[in-house]
Amino acid sequence: MKYTEEHEWLRVEDDVVVVGITEHAATQLGDIVFVELPEEGAEVAKDDEIVVIESVKAASDILAPLDGEIVEVNGALADNPGLVNEDPTGDGWFFKMKVEDLSALDDYMDEAEYKDFISD
Amino acid sequence: MGETLLPLADLHAELGAKFVPFAGWSMPVQYTAGVMAEHLWCREKAGLFDVSHMGQVMLPADADATLEGLVPVDVIGLPQGRQRYGLFTNEAGGILDDLMIARRADGLYLVVNAACAEADIAHLKAHLSGVEPLTDRALLALQGPMAGEVLATILPGTETMRFMDHAVMIWEGADLWVSRSGYTGEDGFEISIPVAIVEPFARALLADERVAPIGLGARDSLRLEAGLPLYGQDLSPEITPVEAGLTWAIQKVRRRGGAREGGFPGADKILHQIEDGAPRKRIGLMPEGRAPMRGGTALYATETGGLTVGEVTSGGFGPSLGAPMAIALVDADLPDDAMIWGEVRGKRLPARQAATPFVAPGYKR
Repeated sequence: MKYTEEHEWLRVEDDVVVVGITEHAATQLGDIVFVELPEEGAEVAKDDEIVVIESVKAASDILAPLDGEIVEVNGALADNPGLVNEDPTGDGWFFKMKVEDLSALDDYMDEAEYKDFISD
Repeated sequence: MGETLLPLADLHAELGAKFVPFAGWSMPVQYTAGVMAEHLWCREKAGLFDVSHMGQVMLPADADATLEGLVPVDVIGLPQGRQRYGLFTNEAGGILDDLMIARRADGLYLVVNAACAEADIAHLKAHLSGVEPLTDRALLALQGPMAGEVLATILPGTETMRFMDHAVMIWEGADLWVSRSGYTGEDGFEISIPVAIVEPFARALLADERVAPIGLGARDSLRLEAGLPLYGQDLSPEITPVEAGLTWAIQKVRRRGGAREGGFPGADKILHQIEDGAPRKRIGLMPEGRAPMRGGTALYATETGGLTVGEVTSGGFGPSLGAPMAIALVDADLPDDAMIWGEVRGKRLPARQAATPFVAPGYKR
């Protein structure tokens, strides 16, 4: 698993990258009540704002971690956005994307580096 | 830093509070349970809120007539032991702050918003003498359907109080000023207590398993579900009481033809609007789907094109409602049954107009 400074996790499954937010981020955001996901098939560029998360408190944007194509989004979040709080790295995933170059993931933090990052 | 700490700051930290700056104070926004769970707890049991940031002010007992010169409210007719909602208005008919006014034997007791307290006190001092800001008292609120049973175990006598009663109770030899009122839509109490004994009193309440601490986050979702306006969002110097849906707070005696008609700032405009209508009105909105429409969301009468018909002043997600909700200020001629669209992130999303409160209140009248 890889981690961004925006508190996303990235996991390679077959040839796609699954993306969600970390438990730390989910805890910080509080109870999530709405998640707006990108369209399947959308071409996105790194740092595009492609997900909106609304918690009871406020709205936050999630950025595309890489250039690529959204191949699948987690439809279960439409009816049950609380999955992001309950299981952020499992059932609470956001989208799967196909990327040209998986080596771009190497630029992101590993688990130990992310733990350091959030403890600062 | 620079924010003022609440007298109970250490207790909040012990309870796992996350703090945010609010109106110059460091306030607990939530505890370990989180906003959603705290909100639901308060609707089912009893929630303890620390609202010591709010301004508490005493006025001399004979200040009632002068105070009426600042608020469009019947203060002279307020009986001893009763509390009433009030508004400071400006010459343009806008709202400077909203407040609570209680009459006691020893004077008039006011509670004002934290962000406005300094300006309110200056405003009061400019018009009357003997204005005494109370800096040595904390303010707690105990809210929820079990608040009455819980408080009666610690302050016997409070169980016979009715909604908006105000009484002095003795605890550990000190005077507690108790009002049966609040800002959640639930039954409950607001308790002014000397700072020196607020911690043991709060701990005594929290020792009851029916009581949990509730932060500012749930306070906002609770008041919004209850359709209660928030100063700075739903109320402002640019919004009149009539536009804000607060005509009910202006008693007949202060309206046209009343025995003490007018005589407060902006009276001409406000009294005229009561009779002939205001250009804007406050409505409740329930957005379709799950996306909340936050404060500032522009509203339209059509799905495409057209000019805005108003904006959301407060919006969020209602944990008890299980859906998003909003309070909005719109053109007065918008039909009551008209569909409305709110522009959220560039897309117009539909919303139905809805009566407020969104959730049935539990006041003990």
